[in-house]
Amino acid sequence: MSSALETRPSSRPAPSIGGREISAAIIWLALLFVPIWLPAIGGFTDLASRVLIYAMAATGLNLLLGYTGGLSFGHAAYFGLGAYGTGLFIIHVIPSMPLALIAGTLLGGIGGILVGPMVMKRKGIYFSMITIAFGQMFYFLAVRWNTVTGGEDGLTGFSRVPLHLAGESIKLGPARFYYVVLALFAAVMLVVWQILRSPMGHAFVATRENTTRLRFLGVAVDKQIWVAFAISAFITALAGSLNAMLTAFASPDDLQWQLSGSFVVICVLGGMRSFWGPFLGAVIYIAAQDYLSSVTQNWMSYIGLIFVLSVLFFPQGLLGFIKGRGRS
Amino acid sequence: MSLLKLEHVGRRFGALQALKDISLAVEPGELRAVIGPNGAGKTTLFNLISGFFPPTEGQILFDGQPITAVSPNDLVRRGIIRTFQITQVFLSLSVYENVRVAVETAMGLQLRPWISRATRAKVDEKVDELLHVTRIADKADRIVGEMSHGDQRVVEIGIALSRHPRLLLLDEPTAGMGDEETHHMTDLIRRLNKDQGITMLFVEHDMAIVFGIADRITVLDNGTFLAEGTAAEISANPRVQSAYLGTAIEETAA
Repeated sequence: MSSALETRPSSRPAPSIGGREISAAIIWLALLFVPIWLPAIGGFTDLASRVLIYAMAATGLNLLLGYTGGLSFGHAAYFGLGAYGTGLFIIHVIPSMPLALIAGTLLGGIGGILVGPMVMKRKGIYFSMITIAFGQMFYFLAVRWNTVTGGEDGLTGFSRVPLHLAGESIKLGPARFYYVVLALFAAVMLVVWQILRSPMGHAFVATRENTTRLRFLGVAVDKQIWVAFAISAFITALAGSLNAMLTAFASPDDLQWQLSGSFVVICVLGGMRSFWGPFLGAVIYIAAQDYLSSVTQNWMSYIGLIFVLSVLFFPQGLLGFIKGRGRS
Repeated sequence: MSLLKLEHVGRRFGALQALKDISLAVEPGELRAVIGPNGAGKTTLFNLISGFFPPTEGQILFDGQPITAVSPNDLVRRGIIRTFQITQVFLSLSVYENVRVAVETAMGLQLRPWISRATRAKVDEKVDELLHVTRIADKADRIVGEMSHGDQRVVEIGIALSRHPRLLLLDEPTAGMGDEETHHMTDLIRRLNKDQGITMLFVEHDMAIVFGIADRITVLDNGTFLAEGTAAEISANPRVQSAYLGTAIEETAA
């Protein structure tokens, strides 16, 4: 049989450079020059840092939500754990930003590793409910454990400490901090991109598509969901850690289910089947929040309206809609 | 030695005896059909063999080893692979992606975020091979959910083949198919059996197919064993005729 197979053309789709690569290049270029062009159109650089942080958190969630098919409504838990971990590390251990970011990321990521086995066997709505339950558990812990977490007032008393590089102390103003966030965002995007094109990512997508099929191929589907959950929690925790550095504050709201909901909205708004979907969703969400909250106190209801309209008219998210038009 | 052997196997669901005292042996390389009217217990039999649930009586041997208490995962590793009455594929992925994830997980790569160039080449080679064996390579880029039912079933068999099955269980492989699709499927079943030597057990309603390709036929009725034999023996068997097929069997066999 194999002799007949040697001459046949490969059935593998050929890689090509197209609109997708060009769009990605434009996005990266725009991000690189944010501190130049954003103030020129009336924005401020911290707003862009916030967009990237939310985009990072949503990209982390989307690995689980969009690619593995697990609707987590509790990802704020890992965002918040990252934020508290970072703050507490600076206050109580060493005032070093890189180490504090690692500490926060580890705290949230380990939280995900521990919660994972308790949610991985649940399906559909039960999966969502139990992720909310765990999220709220961390929330109440933060609110009640006053002496450590600062209770309802949140954790303060730490700030963005200067970066020590080669014996020099570098103060991180908005622009420099933005580049720290951008570098880490790029690293996260690279990691997720690599996962999605690897056998691990293919198996995540197969889990979303047909769990039964995969199970009857002898694949331990639960473990697959657990790994996706843990990686996803690590990424979201890194975003939370950066958020604590951005705002010099960790709030119980960072752990609240409302924030979990926002992450889901961001993914759905931008397009959960798209690599850049969560990023686009975060741009829209944060921009709308920033603009609307300066105009009206009821900005949340307008975001809700945008969400409802987008689900009605762009069920694949904005990016899914754009891609669909490009194809036809 | 028989590849698959059932010894006085039964399955009870509460008060319902779905299968009772079934004994049969499938030899290596055999293409065996299981027929019987609705409710005869054919799918229950499949579920028992593929480890969906254990029998309540008797035991099942695969390759001489008892598999009565073996998990579905281990059965897959030993080479028992099944397809389902309702096609189980990855609907929003392309044909190529369906087979690729099957091959990658068959190689145990499902938790690898990175693979070497050599491993990737090995994956691609295997995927190409399966696409060509199932003769669906020309549709490799099509999204499976947008394809015909017949094509989806072919993809499902391509996925199953990634596991190097020693025993392939096909639950109504041609159900709901048109003539051309049915022809393609029976041709595929025959080729996999004859060229690759894969032992197969299939449930089928279409008697023309059963008599056309099966080496031997097992007939179940109402959860019990009724008869077993070649197409000629089964069509001549008066018990089969009266209990199940009536005169229809002579018409299709003729």
